[in-house]
Amino acid sequence: MDFIGQVIGVGPKRRDVLRAVAAGAAAGIALPHLASATIAPPAVSSYPAEAFRQTEKNPALQAMFGTSALTDTADVRMEAPDIAENGAVVPITFDANLPGITAAGVLALDNPFILACAYKIPAGTSPAISSRIKLAKTTNVISVIQSKGQLMSTSKQVKVTLGGCG
Amino acid sequence: MAHQILVHATTSGDTTTVEALIKHPMDSGFVRDKAGKIIPPHYIEVIEFTCQGRTVLTGYWGPAVSKNPFIKFSFKGGKAGQPIGIAWVDNKGETATSTANIV
Repeated sequence: MDFIGQVIGVGPKRRDVLRAVAAGAAAGIALPHLASATIAPPAVSSYPAEAFRQTEKNPALQAMFGTSALTDTADVRMEAPDIAENGAVVPITFDANLPGITAAGVLALDNPFILACAYKIPAGTSPAISSRIKLAKTTNVISVIQSKGQLMSTSKQVKVTLGGCG
Repeated sequence: MAHQILVHATTSGDTTTVEALIKHPMDSGFVRDKAGKIIPPHYIEVIEFTCQGRTVLTGYWGPAVSKNPFIKFSFKGGKAGQPIGIAWVDNKGETATSTANIV
């Protein structure tokens, strides 16, 4: 948890990190891992805003992936908790054993907006991605993988004790 | 350092695993503050990981991604010492970038 603690500000490590950064900056040392000016921020125009505004499954899939036909398959694997005590932080991991994967996404059917997150997966990148999402209430979570243009999916119900959308 | 990004990248064999933790409120627009006023939505929309000029992952996030998002993924290629770049832009147009060397 040290790695996580450093960012969210728990544990004594945060102090050490801040002190080290301050010391580096004061001494005018160009820390190589802080040379951030060379990276351009991503273009916001590529954001599929329309897909993230949808409140129904099919329009969300259509807007995100260009098709809404889901095929349920065991080739898409998803790890999600059976019961999430805190809906604000639900770890979701998906993976797939399929050829020609180009994109992936996670949908929470009973959230105010269906689409939680989506990824563009270039060749050479593994389709196994872990992240954490919010769930408003007990819901089916669907992991979708786009393989050769087809949407392959697997779903799982996650019981939420405390909702994550207020 | 208002927007902090922690990136941790390790390589083993020909696969590089990247873990990133981003400090961001990820407000959904559904939560009210103590005074009962809705906290306006504020969330990361696009996040991009690059290695040696190649985009290795593009993420599109909605307001349903948790506060202080964590993401873990892996890709083929990437050697120890090479930098991984990470950059995001949120719905208010704020951006942050960071790099970390693969170990």
